[in-house]
Amino acid sequence: MGAIGRRSVLLGAGLLPLLRISGAAAQAPGPFSLPPLGYAFEANEPHIDAQTMMIHHDRHHAAYVANLNAALKDYPQVAAMPLEAMLGKLAELPEPIRAAVRNNGGGHANHTMFWGVMGGKGGAPSGSLAEAITRDFGGLEALQGAFNKAGLGQFGSGWVFVTVAKDGKLGLVARPNQDTPLQDGARVLLGNDVWEHAYYLKYQNRRADYLAAWWNVLDWTRIAARFEAAKAGTLAI
Amino acid sequence: MAFTLPALPYSVNALAANNMQQETLELHHGKHHNAYVTALNGFVDANAALQGKTLEEIVKLSHGDASLAGVFNNAGQHWNHIIFWENMSPNGGGIPGKLEAKLIADFGSVQAFKDSFKTAATTQFGSGWAWLVQGADGKLKTTKTPNGSNPLATGEGKVLLGCDVWEHSYYLDFRNVRPAYVDNWLNKLANYEYAEAQLG
Repeated sequence: MGAIGRRSVLLGAGLLPLLRISGAAAQAPGPFSLPPLGYAFEANEPHIDAQTMMIHHDRHHAAYVANLNAALKDYPQVAAMPLEAMLGKLAELPEPIRAAVRNNGGGHANHTMFWGVMGGKGGAPSGSLAEAITRDFGGLEALQGAFNKAGLGQFGSGWVFVTVAKDGKLGLVARPNQDTPLQDGARVLLGNDVWEHAYYLKYQNRRADYLAAWWNVLDWTRIAARFEAAKAGTLAI
Repeated sequence: MAFTLPALPYSVNALAANNMQQETLELHHGKHHNAYVTALNGFVDANAALQGKTLEEIVKLSHGDASLAGVFNNAGQHWNHIIFWENMSPNGGGIPGKLEAKLIADFGSVQAFKDSFKTAATTQFGSGWAWLVQGADGKLKTTKTPNGSNPLATGEGKVLLGCDVWEHSYYLDFRNVRPAYVDNWLNKLANYEYAEAQLG
């Protein structure tokens, strides 16, 4: 089951080094493990500060992983499922662990995706992804405007996502807390965390400024790989 | 008449010695609470059905109405924060006798009350609030609500104490460690005189 968990993480995160993820998994007391960032905490400076990255990855994300493993401890059949399958079938999971899987499994999936689309220098996508963004949103600027508005309008903790269907069609959704489009069987192209812990140390109450700055740290090469994987049916989380 | 941001009942640095620093209080009161008041006034200006209503009436009438979700969020947060400021004190943490006796009667001990309140506060996933309320049966109990909701909306009872567990309440002081914030809040910040005065 560890192999399935690791594979899901790999596909979700794109092109992370295999050995580092395997090494982290070996230490995990459960099926899931905290994936490495794949870049330094400082890599997203000055837009996202290193301290925020460290606490966000090493404490918040790590807590979701630990809590997910703890919830699955007595449910080996659920623990053997890939994360995306677990989240896509919440209603079928045993009632005592349903909320824990939703919150912590969602937290693990969302953050794994999040690290996997960041660490870059922003800019703009190219090729078929750029064409899809123009087709479905009217261009990158229009996407950014709609995305930032949705992120600002998510009251309380939550996320804003661009979803991608197998035919390459893109969509925009916001979700509360750690809910994810994976619960609806959809796949995520990219998403931004609007929990206050994602931005409070640097931006305090100014979520709009954080949303605007976040685009500067995206890695469009890795996002394009997610786009191609989604169309090939191999994008997990 | 427009809703207004109430002044803090103490100075912005009054709670720093009890681990809620001035910057936290300045942002929380001057930015977050103020934004809720501004947004609420915008909704009221645009909706004649809300005009002339009290804050409590707006909270109740908007609760559960998806078309009024924005109204509820901001009215709820205005109501919640008004209580929150009154719920803290530079001399917080001391529990007066009448309330202490009631906590022991209904929870078994003061520690059992604190444990119950802390559980509510730390298991509220995402943004929200933890509460000590007096139910219709007269008994004290703890509960929790997400985002801007509150016991006034849910009908769970009269509020004695409300602790904000949105991350903006504690992130500058305690980072990700919400349990430490809640312990500190119960032991050094909570205004139990206020809570006792609400007892029915």
